[in-house]
Amino acid sequence: MNLVFYVIQQFVNALSIGSLYALMAVGLAMVFSILRLINFAHGDLIMVAAYFAAFALLGKLPLVVTIVLMLAGTVLVGLLMERVAYRPIRGAPDVSALLTSFAVGQILQNGTLLVTRFLQKPNPLAFPVIGALSGVFTFGSITVSRVNVVSLLLGIILLVLLSLFVTRTNLGLSMRAAAEDLPAAQLMGIDINRVIATAFAIGSGLAAVAGLLFAVQAGQLTPYMGFTPVLKAFIAAVIGGFGSIGGAIVGGYALGGLEVLLTAIPGIGDILPPGLVAPSVQAWLKHWLPSSLSSYRDAFVFVILILVLLFRPNGILGRREREEMG
Amino acid sequence: MLELREVEVAYGNIRALKGISLTVAEGELVTLIGANGAGKSTTLKTISGLLRPKAGTLLYRGQSLDRLPPHKIVTLGISHCPEGRHLFGRLTVVENLRLGAVQRRDHEVVQSDIEHIYKLFPILQERSAQLAATLSGGEQQMLAIGRALMSRPQLLLLDEPSLGLAPILVEAIFDTIRQLKREGATILLVEQNARLALDIADRAYVMETGHVTLQGPAMELKYNPQVEHTYLGT
Amino acid sequence: MRLETREWRLKSAMGPIVAILGLVIVLGLLQAAGLAFWQGLVVNLGIFLILVLSLNLSNGFTGVFSLGHIGFMALGAYGSAILTLPLREKQEYLPNLPAWLAGAHFDFRLGSFPLGFLIATMIAAILVSLVALLVGLVLMRLSGHFVAVATLGFLVIVRVLLFNADNLTRGSRTFSNVTPYTNLWWVWGWAVLTIYMVWRIKQSSYGRAMFAQREDRWAAQSIGIDVLSPRLLAFVVSAFFTAVAGSLYAHFITSFSPTVFYFDLTFKVITMLVVGGMGSVSGSIVGTVLVVGLAEVLRRLEDPSQLYGMSGIILAVLFILIIIFRRDGLLGQREIALDRLFMKGGGSAVE
Repeated sequence: MNLVFYVIQQFVNALSIGSLYALMAVGLAMVFSILRLINFAHGDLIMVAAYFAAFALLGKLPLVVTIVLMLAGTVLVGLLMERVAYRPIRGAPDVSALLTSFAVGQILQNGTLLVTRFLQKPNPLAFPVIGALSGVFTFGSITVSRVNVVSLLLGIILLVLLSLFVTRTNLGLSMRAAAEDLPAAQLMGIDINRVIATAFAIGSGLAAVAGLLFAVQAGQLTPYMGFTPVLKAFIAAVIGGFGSIGGAIVGGYALGGLEVLLTAIPGIGDILPPGLVAPSVQAWLKHWLPSSLSSYRDAFVFVILILVLLFRPNGILGRREREEMG
Repeated sequence: MLELREVEVAYGNIRALKGISLTVAEGELVTLIGANGAGKSTTLKTISGLLRPKAGTLLYRGQSLDRLPPHKIVTLGISHCPEGRHLFGRLTVVENLRLGAVQRRDHEVVQSDIEHIYKLFPILQERSAQLAATLSGGEQQMLAIGRALMSRPQLLLLDEPSLGLAPILVEAIFDTIRQLKREGATILLVEQNARLALDIADRAYVMETGHVTLQGPAMELKYNPQVEHTYLGT
Repeated sequence: MRLETREWRLKSAMGPIVAILGLVIVLGLLQAAGLAFWQGLVVNLGIFLILVLSLNLSNGFTGVFSLGHIGFMALGAYGSAILTLPLREKQEYLPNLPAWLAGAHFDFRLGSFPLGFLIATMIAAILVSLVALLVGLVLMRLSGHFVAVATLGFLVIVRVLLFNADNLTRGSRTFSNVTPYTNLWWVWGWAVLTIYMVWRIKQSSYGRAMFAQREDRWAAQSIGIDVLSPRLLAFVVSAFFTAVAGSLYAHFITSFSPTVFYFDLTFKVITMLVVGGMGSVSGSIVGTVLVVGLAEVLRRLEDPSQLYGMSGIILAVLFILIIIFRRDGLLGQREIALDRLFMKGGGSAVE
């Protein structure tokens, strides 16, 4: 296979995975920036969205209706989560909220299990094929899957819209103020309940989009599918600069690129066209970077998380921690 | 306009306000003076809703304040410029000003209000696109006051505007406060610098460890021997 | 003022002695009665108790919230299981073990006492403690939610390593053929030891340092309390006992795979810890018994009604309610003072 085309394909892969991570990480970052809460149930929002979509499609609903239903349902769950589980513990120490988010996740996971059983559907559930998202695009000798391209484009569009919202609208401005200094924002007349609800709603909406795209790529759903994505989203947000939306976006794409690198480079010795590098170099690559290394990818990603936490806890964009008013 | 009766506030088990009463009439500039920890800032925070009183009544134009959340109190016309300024450092000067008006309904006039603030503090116009955290101490205080004015308040709560500023800047700030008073504003001023506060105020309350120990026209208190000795250093 | 007379010491030891005697009697009866189900339940209870106590030592005492402890359990389980596999089975079952491991087999007995099991458990636990020391040195300087997520990362890393180290662990395939050494006496013997160790640490000066820096790390440092070493000590000791629990578990269910040692188990243990009260030894006992009992009852309801997942939801709701209404758990940091039960007028039994 031509090396150049391989690189281009991986580049598109990286951007599309990066888009998904960025969409998820932004939701986490928005909530964290205002509430100092790491919402691990965010991953389960992704899962819930995928199940909403799956059940709608299995019920033969048209695609547009499915998407609307999925978005509405996920946002509703997100808002409920905030109102019932997180609002009562506002002001509690960090770890309580983190633990609560795990409990919320458990409720969502087990709830989905129950519903799946009730509707007499199997587990794992095969995600119905969506015509518009399956198949590939071909440009000359390059093939990229449609869902990758859609993820990429959709991700960029949504993130641009979000940035505009956050910088140009009053509500967006209020959110940035609340993230900066919550009591001062209250003194501006900002209703922080509304702002927090908005953060959850937007985060849930973006998670829903990511969930749908994930489901298409994964092909099948289980109630536990949200766990790894939320960890990755968290890592992305930390790498980029935790607590800021810009950081989440940068981190998402950085993580996407990193993952693709970690998957593509092991085994590179095998796919290099002969003659491109000296035979001894190629042999060295084959020995030290065997393709089997790629299965360690998740472990590497976490090692990088720990390194970032230790040495550059403010991430790539390096924002400072804010101070509290008494 | 504003009336506090026997207000008590506690931080956990620590009683910060042990039953204070004060009033502010329309158009007045009333000042709270006293040492650190006397409860002056706590009083302002209770009025603006950041703290809940344990007991007592707070009335603003006859309406009770003590169950209201801070953002509702702002819409009633009370604006609190907090101690330490608490600007949104990572937002620009003009964004900070806009935030002061973010809950207002009459969006069309917000821009002209910003112009008004720029006339009051010309330096802010120069720095309008700069991040608030990059401003000097005096400029930050000006921005804080400007931001508090953007909500077109009927009652302005100013908490330690002179804090951390060089004397010449403090003079400038107090000149501005004087001007606001001339324009008819109602102001409740908390100040450690008792001299400046008593010069500018109509009436004053002296606070000590959560109680009001003295009150009266500022003129009188300025020449009160106790006040002179404790707070004016003569 | 109380004098530590011999009489007083005798009386204060009465409480724990009676408790242990009571335990021995109960276990003896259980064993004699031969009800496999109840025995299994009590073994399960004991293993969870060790896990919760260890986690309490690390999370509850020092406030450093580790989410990765089950990783230590996994390492303890696999480590000890590999060691106790008899020689011949090892060759057949794990043909690609490195030479130095292939020859080691801790399946020997001293009379009828499975000494090899004890030694294998200890070796595995000590090795895991060393791993914990390394991990702790790296991570103990972080705080709050960052250490929580970093340790969660450790859990994932361990899982990935176990999945990939085919030669040692059989990767994603089930690891079975483990000799079922674990019984009531082993589990509860270790459990009592764990209770004692954690209790002693809490009463010691190290324990006091741990609690001091739990509330406010900076305040503690400013009065000269070393923050890093109590944290590290708690982390390493708790990893030791967690690994022991792993070994007991492995030789109880006799077949497992890396998926067992992941987030669901972590959440169960955390629930028991939070319900009982982080920082209280008696709380851990109470919390474990309550949650294991409740989970068992709920499982009985699930089977006939086919409502799988209901028990998970109810436990999670319970968890959230406790965090909202009684954040410190049922006992907080207080203890049920066994040593006062036999003294007249010695104060209330719950201090």
